[in-house]
Amino acid sequence: MDQRAPAQALQPPPSRPSGAGFLQSNIREYGMMLSLFVIMVLFEVLTNGTLLKPLNLTNLILQNSYIVIMALGMLLVIVAGHIDLSVGSVVGFVGALAAVMMVQWDIHYVPATIACLAVGALIGAAQGYWVAFFKIPSFIVTLAGMLVFKGLTLALLAGQSVGPFPKEFQLLSSGFIPDLFSVQGLKVTSLVIGLALAAVMVMVNVKGRATQVKHGVENEPFGFFVAKNAIFAGLIVYFAYLLSSYKGLPNVLIVMALLIGLYTFVTNRTTIGRRIYALGGNEKAARLSGIKTERLTFLTFVNMGLLAGLAGLIFAARLNTATPKAGLGFELDVIAACFIGGASASGGVGKVIGAVIGAFVMGVMNNGMSILGVGIDYQQVIKGLVLLAAVFLDVYNKNK
Amino acid sequence: MGAILEMRGISKSFPGVKALSNVNLTVEAGEIHAVVGENGAGKSTLMKVLSGVYPHGSYEGDIVFDGEERRFRTIADSEKIGIIIIHQELALVPLLSIAENIFLGNEPARFGVIDRSFVFRRTQELLRKVGLKESPDTLITNLGVGKQQLVEIAKALSKEVRLLILDEPTASLNETDSAALLDLLLEFKAHGIASILISHKLNEISKVADRITVIRDGATVDTLDCRAEAISEDRIIRAMVGRPLADRYPPRTPKIGEPILSVRDWRVHHPIHQDRVVIKGVSFHVRRGEVLGIAGLMGAGRTELAMSLFGKAYGKRISGSVEMEGRPVDVSTIEKAVDAGLAYVTEDRKTLGLVLAEDIVKNVTLANLPGVSRGTVIDDMQELKVANSYRQSLAIRCSSVYQQTVNLSGGNQQKVVLSKWLFSGPKVLILDEPTRGIDVGAKYEIYSIINKLADDGKAVVMISSEMPELLGMCDRILVMNEGAFVGEFTAAEASQEAIMRSIMQSTMKKTG
Ligand SMILES: Nc1ncnc2c1ncn2[C@@H]1O[C@H](COP(=O)(O)OP(=O)(O)OP(=O)(O)O)[C@@H](O)[C@H]1O
Ligand SMILES: [Mg+2]
Repeated sequence: MDQRAPAQALQPPPSRPSGAGFLQSNIREYGMMLSLFVIMVLFEVLTNGTLLKPLNLTNLILQNSYIVIMALGMLLVIVAGHIDLSVGSVVGFVGALAAVMMVQWDIHYVPATIACLAVGALIGAAQGYWVAFFKIPSFIVTLAGMLVFKGLTLALLAGQSVGPFPKEFQLLSSGFIPDLFSVQGLKVTSLVIGLALAAVMVMVNVKGRATQVKHGVENEPFGFFVAKNAIFAGLIVYFAYLLSSYKGLPNVLIVMALLIGLYTFVTNRTTIGRRIYALGGNEKAARLSGIKTERLTFLTFVNMGLLAGLAGLIFAARLNTATPKAGLGFELDVIAACFIGGASASGGVGKVIGAVIGAFVMGVMNNGMSILGVGIDYQQVIKGLVLLAAVFLDVYNKNK
Repeated sequence: MGAILEMRGISKSFPGVKALSNVNLTVEAGEIHAVVGENGAGKSTLMKVLSGVYPHGSYEGDIVFDGEERRFRTIADSEKIGIIIIHQELALVPLLSIAENIFLGNEPARFGVIDRSFVFRRTQELLRKVGLKESPDTLITNLGVGKQQLVEIAKALSKEVRLLILDEPTASLNETDSAALLDLLLEFKAHGIASILISHKLNEISKVADRITVIRDGATVDTLDCRAEAISEDRIIRAMVGRPLADRYPPRTPKIGEPILSVRDWRVHHPIHQDRVVIKGVSFHVRRGEVLGIAGLMGAGRTELAMSLFGKAYGKRISGSVEMEGRPVDVSTIEKAVDAGLAYVTEDRKTLGLVLAEDIVKNVTLANLPGVSRGTVIDDMQELKVANSYRQSLAIRCSSVYQQTVNLSGGNQQKVVLSKWLFSGPKVLILDEPTRGIDVGAKYEIYSIINKLADDGKAVVMISSEMPELLGMCDRILVMNEGAFVGEFTAAEASQEAIMRSIMQSTMKKTG
């Protein structure tokens, strides 16, 4: 054993990378944040400051929430090595179901909401069943699902729009954090929540770094760490302030933030998250390591269905009606968000934060271009090109 | 004779690792030149530089071939002048035929239409040259590794080859196939084709090599000339490892106890052709503190037996009973098998062993995540500690345990797979070709680990095609042929001849 030591010693010591080196090896993550930032600044300038007006910012979040929420589920599906094309149709179907239950059948909104979420999960299960246990390609199963649920939406609504929803249900989308003590139009509660959020984030990061330092494995230069946290905390507080000067933090934003936190934790720190990455990275090796790959695949689809159900409810509440066209094409934005965020189409690679950023890149572009009056036609062209460019940069960086 | 190839002062770095520093290699026309070195020494990297996998500009130093300096931008550039490489990992398309694979990329065609009869005839000719008796239309999936290796060589011959590079060509071949391949190299030599041979099987090298270049830690440390005087294996080892290696097999005084694993009437059918019986009702046991070897030729059913026991990972319609420590256990899923205390280290590390995109840490803990978790939450630092301890005890050569396993050298990948299963804390560890592609020094380490497991009261089942290894390590050897056990030897009785004889006899009984 010791006789081999000289050979070991010849290796370069685990170097602490310099700032530039660190940036280079983490270019994907920072690059993505940077590009979101650039896009926001770009549209802020192009729209003469309309983009970040409190009213518009609130709208932007409301418009984007369902895409972000579905991107969380889609990321897991993609990491597991699959795809779900049916989510747009599921949004429509669950929204329609909610409308029929609450408006036509007069069911109380609480049981109706729970039932709708359960139906979402059930749809996920029904599709995941074929993918996981019968090894039918997910592309095909969910393509079928897309047609089936689009059709069922039409059938359920009999081609009509159904609404409006009960007041309380609408609050899911249009509600804001109630303010306990308003000071001159500033929603203090919301601002406090924003401050608390920033504080929690900084604390979690500091604690994480402390353990890393203790074990001598931290590799982010200190300056970077401070700058990153300062910028993030600053942005959170700034956006919280902007929102507080209008109606405060939207309820959906809270739901979204909690889900983002939860899924980040699950993917980074838990055994189930780790196993999903292993499954997508090499299914055979994962199975031979004792991982129940089939059940895990099944569960990612159940989870996707559940989140699509939630997104369906939020979207329906936002429009305050269920229409046969609801959810049309959402799957494209959701999948694009994951790939812009650095997920790999062959599975095993991708991060929650990436998918969220990807969703916001799409959202800011949608919103900004609408303000600028770019027609829906060219919006699609530009979004398509941005997707291609983002993935190209990713691949290019990896091969370099 | 003059030099056909000179590589001068080659250096190549990857982020965090200097894989080669100032390596020189000279190959003379028409010689067989062996390149040896420990795992991760940089052999494969050097060959990738030579063949244009790493293009000019991504390394330092000069390549002179045929007296001219060459700057390859792609593999095609090096192939054009006759440098053909057969990589450590075979690169054939499984669902295409032999002929299609041989001409993949340079199909002889008229106006884009492939000239099938020419391809067929030419393939037949090439197959005859390499001594492979198969139809050109046979699909690659239907061939064993040994035959696939020959197809790779036939493919190399289909081009104008002047220098053939073989990176561990015999790693997954049995002795007969290896011998055939080496004879082929000697024949090429007679035709003036030079070759570079990388191998960890030193007996092969001393058999065929004219000269040997030894690489250690990315630098040339020695060049040995075998034509002047015979070079012993020990001499090569001394150059490779930097010290003499007294024993190939660490000593152990076996303390063998009661049976841990007993298998009775184990019968397995082929997963696709379900009426074919692959394992024909075998029974065996392995005791506490025992190292049991399973010998046999390639395709004897050893891997199939192991994988079918390990949670039915292979086969259909499996029947028979399994007992652990005297109690019947259910091993019908891999999870249950692991819980029962079984572990299986696969022979196919790339496709079945590793998640290549993940780092060493995540691969090591994959089979025992609860071992580094509180509830379902993984403790990163605990995990890191575990990975680092295996890195040390198995001498895994890497820039850090956060290195992606895809960038490890073949032998170090093997050690990561082994670590994974050691960490699962098995009672019975089944090792399938555990030292394939592993250098002599590291083999010794792996043998030591096997001995330690046995001393700790575990049982080890070792499947290997290298008979000396079985003879050196095992307390008892079972011989398998065509899905059944045909011989059993204690360490004292076993010999290479005795094992071969029992295989031959059983085959003869069948046919005669
Ligand atoms: N793409 C890469 N990125 C980073 N490191 C690499 C890469 N390829 C090889 N290495 C490192 O370079 C070193 C030499 O690797 P190489 O594959 O040449 O070893 P080898 O001598 O062929 O070993 P083996 O006998 O195990 O096949 C190893 O330490 C390996 O980890
Ligand atoms: Mg190698």
